[in-house]
Amino acid sequence: MFHDADAILLARIQFGFTISFHFIFPAFTIGLASYLAVLEALWLKTGRALYLDLYKYWLKIFAVVFAMGVVSGIVMSYQFGTNWAVFSDRAGPIIGPLMAYEVLTAFFLEAGFLGVMLFGMKKVGKNLHFFATLMVAVGTFISAFWILSVNSWMQTPTGYAINPQGQFVPADGWIPIIFNPSFPYRLVHTVIAAYLTTALVVGAVGAWHLLKDSKQEHARKMFSMAMWMAALVAPVQVFVGDQHGLNTLEHQPAKIMAMEGHYQSHPDGAPLILFGIPDDDAQRMKHAIEIPRLGSLILKHDLDAPLAGLDTVAPENRPPVHVVFWTFRVMVGLGVLMLLLGIASLVARWRGKLYDWSWLKRFAVLMGPSGFIAVIAGWMTTEVGRQPFTVYGLMRTAESASPLAAPAVGASLVAFVVVYFAVFGMGSWYLLKLMSRAPQPHEPEPANAPAHAAGITPASALAGATRPEGAHG
Amino acid sequence: MVDLTLTNTWAGILAFAVFMYVVMDGFDLGIGVMFRAFPVGKERDTAMNSIAPVWDGNETWLVLGGGGLMAAFPLAYSVIMSALYAPLIAMLLGLVFRGVAFEFRWRDPAHRAFWDIAFSGGSLVAALMQGIMLGALLQGVHVEGRAYGGGWWDWLTPFSLLTGASVVVGYGLLGACWLNWKTEGETQQHARRLMRIFAPLTLAALAAVSAATPFLGNEYFARWFSMPRVLFTAQVPLVIAILTWRFVRSLRRNYDLAPFVLTLAVFGLSFVGLGISMYPYLVPNSITLEMAAAPASSQAFMLVGASILVPLILAYTAWSYWVFRGKVAHEGYH
Repeated sequence: MFHDADAILLARIQFGFTISFHFIFPAFTIGLASYLAVLEALWLKTGRALYLDLYKYWLKIFAVVFAMGVVSGIVMSYQFGTNWAVFSDRAGPIIGPLMAYEVLTAFFLEAGFLGVMLFGMKKVGKNLHFFATLMVAVGTFISAFWILSVNSWMQTPTGYAINPQGQFVPADGWIPIIFNPSFPYRLVHTVIAAYLTTALVVGAVGAWHLLKDSKQEHARKMFSMAMWMAALVAPVQVFVGDQHGLNTLEHQPAKIMAMEGHYQSHPDGAPLILFGIPDDDAQRMKHAIEIPRLGSLILKHDLDAPLAGLDTVAPENRPPVHVVFWTFRVMVGLGVLMLLLGIASLVARWRGKLYDWSWLKRFAVLMGPSGFIAVIAGWMTTEVGRQPFTVYGLMRTAESASPLAAPAVGASLVAFVVVYFAVFGMGSWYLLKLMSRAPQPHEPEPANAPAHAAGITPASALAGATRPEGAHG
Repeated sequence: MVDLTLTNTWAGILAFAVFMYVVMDGFDLGIGVMFRAFPVGKERDTAMNSIAPVWDGNETWLVLGGGGLMAAFPLAYSVIMSALYAPLIAMLLGLVFRGVAFEFRWRDPAHRAFWDIAFSGGSLVAALMQGIMLGALLQGVHVEGRAYGGGWWDWLTPFSLLTGASVVVGYGLLGACWLNWKTEGETQQHARRLMRIFAPLTLAALAAVSAATPFLGNEYFARWFSMPRVLFTAQVPLVIAILTWRFVRSLRRNYDLAPFVLTLAVFGLSFVGLGISMYPYLVPNSITLEMAAAPASSQAFMLVGASILVPLILAYTAWSYWVFRGKVAHEGYH
């Protein structure tokens, strides 16, 4: 079924598959944890029950997403060793400590306070509970900090030496490693993406319920909050994305060439290729629709600036253009739509029609999943654009893999695909089910809150058995 | 480049992380293993709710074990993960099923029976695979140069199956003791009955693994019975006998917490025994701690963080357990 020569390709597909699935969940929990912290803070400050209802509503959704993030994340911490043993051995002394710090500063913090956040509302008092929510939110951010530092180091490695065993080791302290050149840009761009993704989901859920009842107070509040977020953050993201692109041009020009579809060099002003069919075999763009010189203007801020193409890169060092070219366009296209949604919401708000225009609500519903798609597309752009290297320019993907037989990698890939689609497919269904119910006054606690003899005992856990049964899957 | 004191310190920290994982996720997974022995309804709900607030933190020790091994001993991480490829991936998939079941089983009553199977099946697979991996590592791994050189079925032997079964019954005993401590009424009675089944099984498994290990080769025999280690080894049968006697007594007197603590002591003792078998190797006969160690700069950088953060983690983990202290009530009735 599988040949040995395919082992590396299969290992790449497996890693790409498991990490793409995993990435969806933190992209949501980073934003949602912060949103929950904001809701609880507003509740503590104003005392309005509305905020507490929204908190409990989104907390139940958070619990499901977080569980999926945890189990898919444990897989990731072992995928490095199972599939990329040589990479783990050689890059371990650099990236291992950063990931160990992620576990020590972030994972434990999230997990340690999650129980209290989910089930402890009546046990520890309001302020301590808010502290637990805050710790979970801070934990999600710290986690993003470390893992993006690792990823950025693989993209733009600095501060390393190579020891006699061929391992990358720290050369002069950890600051140049952690704060490598692409890290600040990637961190800001990714965290904003997570906030935007969450805002779009919250906005879509609010809009969905407003379409059914435009007077629903809870739906109004979350829709309004989400649209503020989209209107304020989407433009910032466009700016940050541009800065990130310029940073990539400086450190990984071949990736930008692939993103732009520039197979050929343009000595006096490069066009912006809007669409086309990349042909890697012929190394040219077929049926290109392009705007002359706009590429140079965007990347060099000068209409006539020369731009090098992939023809200046050795053939064995070129990334595959088709994936990078298309995923980049998906990300940018969705970003433009997010910007439009934000602007439309501002116009509606200014006219006093935020909750009335059905087309705006429908637009917001449609944009609900767009953050996830954009995040995955952007991730694929940057990761495939790093090819054919794992550590950019220094270590090739082909020499990074474990000494594994293709059947082993193939069989485990099939297992991951089947299990992930089944389990996370069901999870998504449960999420949609939770979201399809509008938040109510006196929103109930999570159904599985354990009641304990010690302390105050909420008798709410029976809710799982007595709640009205919704649509079955 | 490699500093021996740092290296041994890290070996100690990782051993601590793995031990924390084994006992903490041990009772979680154990509850999963025996989950379907409890009747559908409030008993199952109680069993699950007794660990719902803490399972995630418990499993984080596994991530620290994996991540820490990669950071402090990258060579060992890369060789061991390749060698244990199949059982490791089976374990991860088992953990996926059981982890999501904590949330999913509450989301749709019509799906609950399925997620109950997923919870117990996933827990059983994860526990079994952890035991198999332990056995596979103990029996030795074929290393060529800086990489795993064996086949991808090498892990499967009668010995690894024995260790696999041993971990399952050991976790089962831990889980039953936890429920005996954290529940009351019928659920507690069920837990006590399960303790009576799992305790002799665990003891038998411990004896079988201990008897088989010295004959695996890999110098285990010499290590167990050479000075000064024999001073420890020689005490083990006596200590086990005392612990067993106390355990039977605590069971007779219906103590709540004592059986759990005594079981932890047995696990601790077994863990020290493992350490004696392994040290100073990470992969028997081929990779020592020193050979696998990351440079001192990497280990020192992490040690700064670990020495501040691990105590902090222990403190807030303890706080979280304390918040959910006491018996888990049968929900909704009082």
